[in-house]
Amino acid sequence: MQDGALPVSLGSYLAVAAVLLVIGVFGIFLNRKNIIIILMSIELILLAVNINLVAFSAALNDMAGQVLAMFVLTVAAAEAAIGLAIVVVYSRNRGSIEVEDVNLMKG
Amino acid sequence: MISASAFFFYLFSAILLASAAAVVTSRNPVHAVLFLILAFFNAAGLFLLAGAEFLAMILLIVYVGAVAVLFLFVVMMLDVDFVQLREGVQKYAPVGAAVGAVLFGELWAVVLGWQVSPGADSLQGSPTPANMDNTHALGQVLYTDYVYLFQVSSLILLVAMIGAIVLTHRRREGTRRQNITMQQTRSVRDTLETLQVRMGAGVQELGILRPRPRAEPAEEEPRHEHAAGDH
Repeated sequence: MQDGALPVSLGSYLAVAAVLLVIGVFGIFLNRKNIIIILMSIELILLAVNINLVAFSAALNDMAGQVLAMFVLTVAAAEAAIGLAIVVVYSRNRGSIEVEDVNLMKG
Repeated sequence: MISASAFFFYLFSAILLASAAAVVTSRNPVHAVLFLILAFFNAAGLFLLAGAEFLAMILLIVYVGAVAVLFLFVVMMLDVDFVQLREGVQKYAPVGAAVGAVLFGELWAVVLGWQVSPGADSLQGSPTPANMDNTHALGQVLYTDYVYLFQVSSLILLVAMIGAIVLTHRRREGTRRQNITMQQTRSVRDTLETLQVRMGAGVQELGILRPRPRAEPAEEEPRHEHAAGDH
């Protein structure tokens, strides 16, 4: 396996990213009611994706992975801003941020 | 004996995973945000070890400096009973653990079983140039090959900014705001009047004190004139 500029094998990076992603998914299930923690779990999942991209970029000597990681970072920042804005508006209107109360549209 | 960079890799990953676990399990959301910041710092360390220096700094600046502080801001601003939001954690934990275990098993199978296909080296989109630091190399591809994507990402940020402002902006009662329509449509006649001023007459006496004193009802005057015109 060609590991390029990585200090350890690429598999170690992938394992860390996999565990991080699983922690993020687990966090979404664990904090079903608290949308702020859910947003943080999504950040963790995107961070795992970024670690994968950077690790492959370093291992394969290809800058495209880092460019892609930058775009993922951009989109994650935008998502966090919009998500938190929705949370603020929702809590202002309803006085609660419980995910289970979000049923105004009867969906 | 492992090398220093390998040692730091294991250190950073251990702290990253531990703080990520603390993010999803901590009772206090403020602590969760602080652990999220710790996780970002250690992820930046992992990026540095992989040679992605620019992304590591971006992660610190954008995530710790902006996103995590935004989270902290919202958590502290909202007056929410977070203890009540923790209810039902025991109920959801088994489902989450089951889904996580299945997902982890699948990912582990992928991590153990994958291999780079033989022709992959010839398919490099933008090979890392030798003898060039990371920021320079990233800039060279970002502003040439990926310039359209770069501009689209700036549009995404613009939309996010506008969306956040539109969503959270509210009109408060009792504040004076600029009314542009009124400013544009008012004519000279509404604002200026020419008066014949007697010698020695005071400002109070003529009623030309601006702004008018509170005691004098300003809206009454035109009605009087109207009534006089009807007669």
